[in-house]
Formats: sequence, structure tokens, C-alpha cells
Amino acid sequence: MAAGIVPKFVGSRVKRREDPRLISGNGTYVDDIKLPGMLAAVMLRSPYGHAKINSIDVEAAKKLPGVVAVLTGEDIRGKLPTLITAAPAQNVPYHPALAQDRVRFVGEAVAVAVAIDQYTAQDALDLIEVDYDPLPVITDPEKALEADAPVIHEQFGNNISTRAEVKSGEIDRAMREADRIIKFRLVNQRLAPVPMEPRGAVAQWNPGSEYLTLWSSTQGPHLLRSYLAEVLKLPEHRMRVIAPEVGGGFGCKLNVYAEEVMTAYLAMLLNKPVKWIERRRENLATTTHGRDLITYIEAPVKNDGTILGLKARFICDMGAYLQLLTPMVPGFAGMMMTGCYKVPAMAFEQLMVFTNKMAPDAYRGAGRPEACFIAERTMDMIALELNLDPAEIRRKNFIPKEAFPAQIASGLIYDSGDYEPALDLALKHIDYPKVRAEQAEGRKHGRYIGIGICSYVEICGIGPSPMLPPSMKGGGWESATIRMEPDSKVTVLTGVSPHGQGQETSFAQLVADELGIGIDDVTVVHGDTAIVQYGTGTFGSRGTSVGGAALMMAVQKLQAKMKKIASTMMEVPPDQLTFNNGTIAMASDLTKSIPLQRVVDASYGHKHPIPGIEPGLNEAGFYEPTACTFPFGTHACVVEVDADTGVVKFLRYVAVDDCGRIINPLLVEGQVHGGIAQGIAQALYEEVIYDENGQLLTATLMDYAVPKAEMLPHYELDSTVTPSPINPLGVKGVGEAGTIGSTPCVVSGVLDALKPFGIKNLDMPLKPEKIWRAIQAARKA
Amino acid sequence: MFPASFQYHRAASVKDALGMLQQFGDDAKLLSGGHSLLPMMKLRLAQPTHLVDIAGVAELSGVREEGGKIVIGGATIHDNVASNQIVRNKLGLLAEVASAIGDIQVRNRGTIGGSLAHSDPAADYPAGVLALEGEIKLESSSGSRVVKAQDFFVDLLTTAIKPGEILTGVSFTPHPARTGFAYLKHRQPASGFAIVGIAAMVTLDAKGNCERVRVGVTGLGAKAFRPAAVESALAGKKPDTGAIGTAAAHAADGIDPLSDIHASADFRSELARVYTRRAIQQAIARIKT
Repeated sequence: MAAGIVPKFVGSRVKRREDPRLISGNGTYVDDIKLPGMLAAVMLRSPYGHAKINSIDVEAAKKLPGVVAVLTGEDIRGKLPTLITAAPAQNVPYHPALAQDRVRFVGEAVAVAVAIDQYTAQDALDLIEVDYDPLPVITDPEKALEADAPVIHEQFGNNISTRAEVKSGEIDRAMREADRIIKFRLVNQRLAPVPMEPRGAVAQWNPGSEYLTLWSSTQGPHLLRSYLAEVLKLPEHRMRVIAPEVGGGFGCKLNVYAEEVMTAYLAMLLNKPVKWIERRRENLATTTHGRDLITYIEAPVKNDGTILGLKARFICDMGAYLQLLTPMVPGFAGMMMTGCYKVPAMAFEQLMVFTNKMAPDAYRGAGRPEACFIAERTMDMIALELNLDPAEIRRKNFIPKEAFPAQIASGLIYDSGDYEPALDLALKHIDYPKVRAEQAEGRKHGRYIGIGICSYVEICGIGPSPMLPPSMKGGGWESATIRMEPDSKVTVLTGVSPHGQGQETSFAQLVADELGIGIDDVTVVHGDTAIVQYGTGTFGSRGTSVGGAALMMAVQKLQAKMKKIASTMMEVPPDQLTFNNGTIAMASDLTKSIPLQRVVDASYGHKHPIPGIEPGLNEAGFYEPTACTFPFGTHACVVEVDADTGVVKFLRYVAVDDCGRIINPLLVEGQVHGGIAQGIAQALYEEVIYDENGQLLTATLMDYAVPKAEMLPHYELDSTVTPSPINPLGVKGVGEAGTIGSTPCVVSGVLDALKPFGIKNLDMPLKPEKIWRAIQAARKA
Repeated sequence: MFPASFQYHRAASVKDALGMLQQFGDDAKLLSGGHSLLPMMKLRLAQPTHLVDIAGVAELSGVREEGGKIVIGGATIHDNVASNQIVRNKLGLLAEVASAIGDIQVRNRGTIGGSLAHSDPAADYPAGVLALEGEIKLESSSGSRVVKAQDFFVDLLTTAIKPGEILTGVSFTPHPARTGFAYLKHRQPASGFAIVGIAAMVTLDAKGNCERVRVGVTGLGAKAFRPAAVESALAGKKPDTGAIGTAAAHAADGIDPLSDIHASADFRSELARVYTRRAIQQAIARIKT
């Protein structure tokens, strides 16, 4: 924006431009794609957690009228390679799209039936006979490490995928010099991302042009194209991947799935369009899970509450196979586990373990919720051990404002931060001294009120390309194209792939202000590799900080070109021109202007060419960030525990978030609301449960507790604004902040309420029965 | 998920539906709100050949007063019970139970007859219908009969309904004077069903002693039930905190409690005791004298 021009759209609460079509039923999701002659594919899935496949009889299924094909693992052996893991790991198992020889988790695809419709395909599955020999199952990652544990991938000799250590600073000295070492165990339970729209894919193969089109509910259509090209041995220029409306991803749609590969393979094999749509039971069993990290913490501290270091041992449950980024997520947790605090030394060991479960992968926050949980539980534990105020212990150990940009022990450099004002604001909102007094009073009368505090910092804007695994396709950069059409309306093509984040709105706000036009004059297009230049996609809160920065580069190129054209028409030097209200005007006197349309006409008409200026108005920007951004904030809650039933009730929930400059407060609040809901769900409700036989007990939404509105508090939101120096917009990212800040906040609050019972720690989710049992045990003791 | 193939029939009247039940026998299932049946069919756990849809049968839907009783048609949706003025004024407990079922979509689809006939051990309605001593009308092509709520629930997913019968309505006596009620529920966080649900109705005599205490418990055991020991412990007594606590302590007596990933048998029993105490207290607090 030119100096002196007041932004009209940036910073204002513009309603999501995506919503009218979505809420009026005019969105097109994968399942809405219908092609002539399209067939339906349905997967037969393993009912066993671990079993040898002796034989599969598909003859009866193939004979069923309407069935076109039935394939098993044997049919693709040698034809389709192993599925992909992009993150580094020491032992990477062979992972076929359809199981071969063995099944290793409940839900693993064993066969696929293709028929004229889904009903017939489902009927066909009922006719497939699989002869299994059940094998011993291991679902507990710590037991999987024991010498006599059943081995899931025999070629490795044990269940360890990867063992890695990171050490930084003088951790041994910190341990020696500490007044005391606080030790405890934390569990981030396994979660299911549960996007409202399950996964799905439609593939169309044109044998004449040897061209594949794939619609998929994905967060990264270009990444998916690159990976599919590798697996299917197709050149990328003869593949088009389209992410139509995507009804939520939360990280689980970043992965490249067996079903996407199979749908494409089947379309090519059968020369017919094929659709596969995930059912909710499949979604809970076979879409990547999240978290599942056991952590053993050792925190060396001084008696005044100063933390000297942090040491952790991670037991990471990898499930049966490694998905795209499965081995990368725990590393993020380790790198960020020192949180907002001056922790001069740190060390963590990761032990990645195979179990007979679905693989976890990125899930909203991907490592940072785990990291924040470690940092914040550590702070609470220190406060508890030393009888210090939990707010003060945080304040005491915060990285001070003057230290930014601040390099932390893991080597990461926090771009900007000012942690105390966010803490102060949150405490002010809940009226901390007053609520502490109410707590003390309540305890005298058998009321158990708890105050939870979580000061978080997280990593966003992923990120500089070296941050991504070396073997990952794409990069940490992002791309944009801006095109001013002949009628002076604007089309933006962004390389990110928003699926709820709202960049069709926020990017239009940016462009409208920069070009001095209306927001309805801008359309943002994304999610189609045949239309949009290569991009990496939407994850890690990178859409605006990286994708928006790329857009700004393109915008500036367009502005420069248009100013040059206007300059010759107005006979004013380009650097004295600005965009204002549908015109290009003199910055010093906005009344001296020409309409944009005249500039556009001159460019497209090209009747009076300006030397050195090409016709057309089409500019691209590829932005490689120099570093990541680090949003932060403090969440505070007041809860009350019903000691008779263990039920947790929210009295207050305050979130103060700092995501840098805010383009659209409405979008930011929406992201924070949804994030808090998912974070509270981890603290109190959600848990993927496998029994000892590897059966998934939370296989439907009747048993997997996604939170409903009535299970969530009223959110009171506020913010501080500390712009990021990393990108030209000053933005940091907010897609995951709510999730990261809320989980430890709620756990902190509940445990604070339970303090009179001497209860120091409970594993999530803090279900009523768990709390009730802890109280019962405390009362007996 | 996709159900196996079936034939759909839309019944025009109770007589029409009874005729089809007779014609198709065991191969037929009645479809009302479909909230229990359709998920089972999608999982292919139920594969009926014929579905007889009674949701649109006008005579099965609605609330009417008849000879001093309130009669609710079997295919009346939960929301119509919860919001009906007659029910709200004269049968408040039932309105409160109906409004606690599922969510707004469920309440606008599911029916009272469907819920009772399914006898899900965690359904809300059975607790209310038991506490209210409702009478359930069953019709077949050979006639009709009335079964008391107390005798209706037989076991897990099992009721007194015989093959060929349709649950056409439930009738209730309106709340007498000096009566208070409450339905308290510990919701299963995923499904919204009751881990434990307690429907309590208390009528006091002129002296303020308990004339009649009725409690319906759902979620705890294989079927909803009335805890006789709780009711009798308070009969004729002054309902002070001590007496209520002593009575409520019997809420789980003699029951083999359910246990699942959401609540163990011990915890369910404790919830039944705590919520029984609270429901009775709340019922009494609401009595207008």
C-alpha cells in the first residue's frame, strides 16, 4: 500500500466470501463430482490388528453382476511401489497400497471392489473370503520395546523405527547444578482429526492423451501430483490434481494415501472414471491419527523457580507403517518444548516405535501442542513443587522482550515476541487476584475451582525450504499469480490450498487495498494444478505468512508495470504514482489520476506499445521465507470440578493471542474458536482407543467424542499485536494457536482445582470417571 | 456405509401397516424415525427385506387429551413432545426428558414409539415413561392391548412387543397437585445418550411428606428400571437431605451395571446414586405449594 493511503479492507471484519456458496449448498466437494460411466471403488479392510494372510478368494465377488474388478495385494505386487514417507527414518517398512502377506492394523486395505455403484461394490466385499491366521498384537508402544514383544516388521528384528538424540547447551551441567530435578511422565493421547468431510478421490484417465485427472480432498494438490507421479510413473505435465471444496483437513489431508493411489491406478487399469469415498468408520480407522506421544521429563531447577534446562525421552507411537510425515512430527515437539522460556540447555531422545495401529501424522499443531504441553506442564510442576504462583513462575522464566530475535537452545530463532503483556492481559480478564480469592473461599465449602494458565509460543509459516525434510517434494516457499483481466477485474492464483482458512477473503482484502479496487473485483482461485502454478499447499499456518507474501511480490510486480504504463500516459514518473479508488493517481495529489481501465485498455489493446513493456497484465511471485514466525499468547481459564461426579464445568475461558498483524479479525477469531474447541477436546474428551487385540473401540462418532457446542465454554478473545519482521505483511499465522494454547490451559485448570486432594498429574483426556477415581483414591489415602 | 438391498413400503394407516407386517412376517421391520434401525442397516448388522415406514401415518402422530389422560401417538417426534403445550403444562417431566434427547436433528426425526420399542439401555424416554407410570398401547391385526411401562421393558433391546404388533401410543396421567419433577442426565460425550439418566417425580401430601416418589433410571443396567428401594424408602417420609441421601443410596441396588469405554460399572452406579439424590432434591425444590 502506498504511503498515505488508509487500508479499507485489511484489518476489517470482512465476512468470508467462501460462505454464501458453502452454506447454500452450492459447494462442489469430491463426492459431488459425477462423470459419465463412473465406477465406485470400495475397500475391504482388515478386521485383525495383526494377521497372516493365507489366501484371498475373490471369485464369487467378481461374478456378482455389476462388479467390474476386484483387486488384492497380489494384483499390484511389483506394479505399484511402496507408499511414501518423506521424513527421515532409520527403518522404513514396505507399505503396499493393498496388504500383502500380512495385515498390521485394523482397517488396513486388503482388497478393493470396483462396481457400477457403491451398493454393488459393498455387496461384492461381502463375497470375498480372506483366510487369516491371527498373530500376536502389540498396541502399547512401551510394551512394543520389550524383548519378547511380537515384531511387526520382521526384517528390522524389533519394533524400533528410529532412535534419535538432540542435545544442546550444557545439559549435564544444568542437571548437576540444579537444586532439584523435577521428574514426571506426560502422555499426549492418540486423537482422530475427524474433518467434517471425510477423504475421497475421483480419477479419470484419458487413454488417448494419456492424461490423468484426479480430484481429491487434499490440502496440497501439487504435492499430491508430484508423489502420485512418482508412484504411478507418470510425467507431471500429464497429470492434473484438483482439490475442490475441502471440508476440513487439520493436517490429515496432507498425507498421500493408499486410496488416492488405488483410485488413480484403477481408472488407468479400467479406462473408466473411478470414485472412492471414505466412510466415517474408515475415516476414524484409516485416516492418519494425531499425537500419541509418551514423554519422560526431567527439569533441573533452582529453588527460586529458575529453570536451568529440560531433558526429555520421547516414546513415539508410529503405528504400523510410516505415512508421509509420521517421523517428523515428534521432532517438532522436541525442538519447541522449551516454550516461551529461557532454557539454556536441552536434550531429547526420540524412540519411534511400531505398533499394530494406524499411523499418526500431522494433526492441527503437529508437534507444537505436544511441545507446549511439555513446557506448560513443566511450569505448573515447578510451581507446585516449589509452592510458587503459576503465573509468576512463567513471568520469571519468560524470554525477555529485549532478547528478540531470540535463539533458543534447540537452535530455532524466535522472530519477535513480548510475552508478558499477553499474560498480563489474560490475568486481567479473569481478574486473577479475585478469582484466586474465590477459589480459596470455595475450597472451604467443598467447591473445587481451578485456574488454568498456558503461555504458549509456536512455530508457523513453515517455512524456509531447509526446514522441510530433504526428500519432501515442493519446498518451504509459496507462489502466487495475479492477473488483471481486460475489464480491470482481478484473478489471483495462489499456490496454497485453503480448506476453511479463508484466504479467498483475506487475499482479496490485500489485493483490493493494494490496487485501490473493491473486494468484489478480486477472485482468488486455488486447488487446481492445471490452473495454478506449482505451490506447496496449506499446512503449518503458512497460508498467509508464506502464501500472502508471495502474493505481495506478484502484486508489486503488477503495480510496477501498471505504473510504468500510466507514467507514459500521465507524463508523471512512476515512483510518484499510487493506486487509489479505481485510478492510478499522483501520490501528492489524488485528483490527478487516470482510471485503471484506461491503463488496462492500453496494456491489452497494445495499440500504442510502450517500448520495453509487454502486453498483458499477468505477474507471478515465488516467495522463499528467510525464517519461521513464532506466534504466542496466553490462555487462561476458570473451571469447577464436581467432586461427586468428576464433571468439569467452565466458568471462564480467555484467550489472548498474538499472531502478528491481523488482516481479518473475523477470520482470526474463527480460527481461534475452532482451535480452542479441538484443544479442549484433547484435554477433556477425545481419545482413540484400541483394545489389546488391536480392535478400534472408537470406530464411530457414537464413541469418538468430538465436542459439541454445549461441551465448550463461551470464548472471551483478546489479542496483542507484535508484527513479524520475517515477511512483508508482518503476519505470523493463527491456524493452530487455539489448539496449542488451550489443551495445557484446561489441564492446568483442572489440576489446580484438584490441588486440595494432592493430585499432581492425570493423563488426558480428563474424563469425569478419571477425576472421580483420583478423588476417591485421595480421600482414601 | 451402504445397506443391503431392501424394499420400502410407505404405510397409509395403522391398518395398512399391520397388514404388511402380517404379509411379510419376520422379513419386515417398522421404520419410524430410523435413528436406531438405519445405522444398523448401514453396518449390515440388520438386513430386513421389507421396511414398512409408519412415520407418515397421521393417526400415529400428535398429543391429545382423552378421558383425563394424555395420549401421545407412537410416531410423535421428540420435539413435538418437548414443545407441546399440553405436555409442558400437565406432564412436565416428559417434556423435560424429550428435550434432553440427542440434538435438534435427532429430536426432529426420532419418535417416542421408536425409542421405547428399541429399548436401548441408554435411551432417555424409558426413564421418564417409567417414572410417569405410562401405559403403552400395542395394536395388532387381531386387536389391541395395553402394557404398563413397568412390564414393558424386558431386557437389553427387548420389550413386551410381540411380532405383528405396533406401538401406537403411550398414555399418561397428568401430574397431580404438589408434584415436582426433574430429569438429570450424565451424557455420553460422543453419542449424547445417557451414561446415567434419572427421571424423578415427587408428590407431597398436605403436611409436606412424600405421598408418592417415582424414579426411572436409564443407562445403568441392561434395561431402564424403577429402583423400588429408593421409592419406598421415602414413602410417607419428610424429604429432608438425610432421608433423600439414604434413599438415593439404593439407586443401583440389585442391578448388574453396564461397563464400557465411557464409564465403568462402579462409576455408573455412583452416578446413579448421585443423580438420583440430586433429581429428587430438584423435584422437591420445584414443587409449587
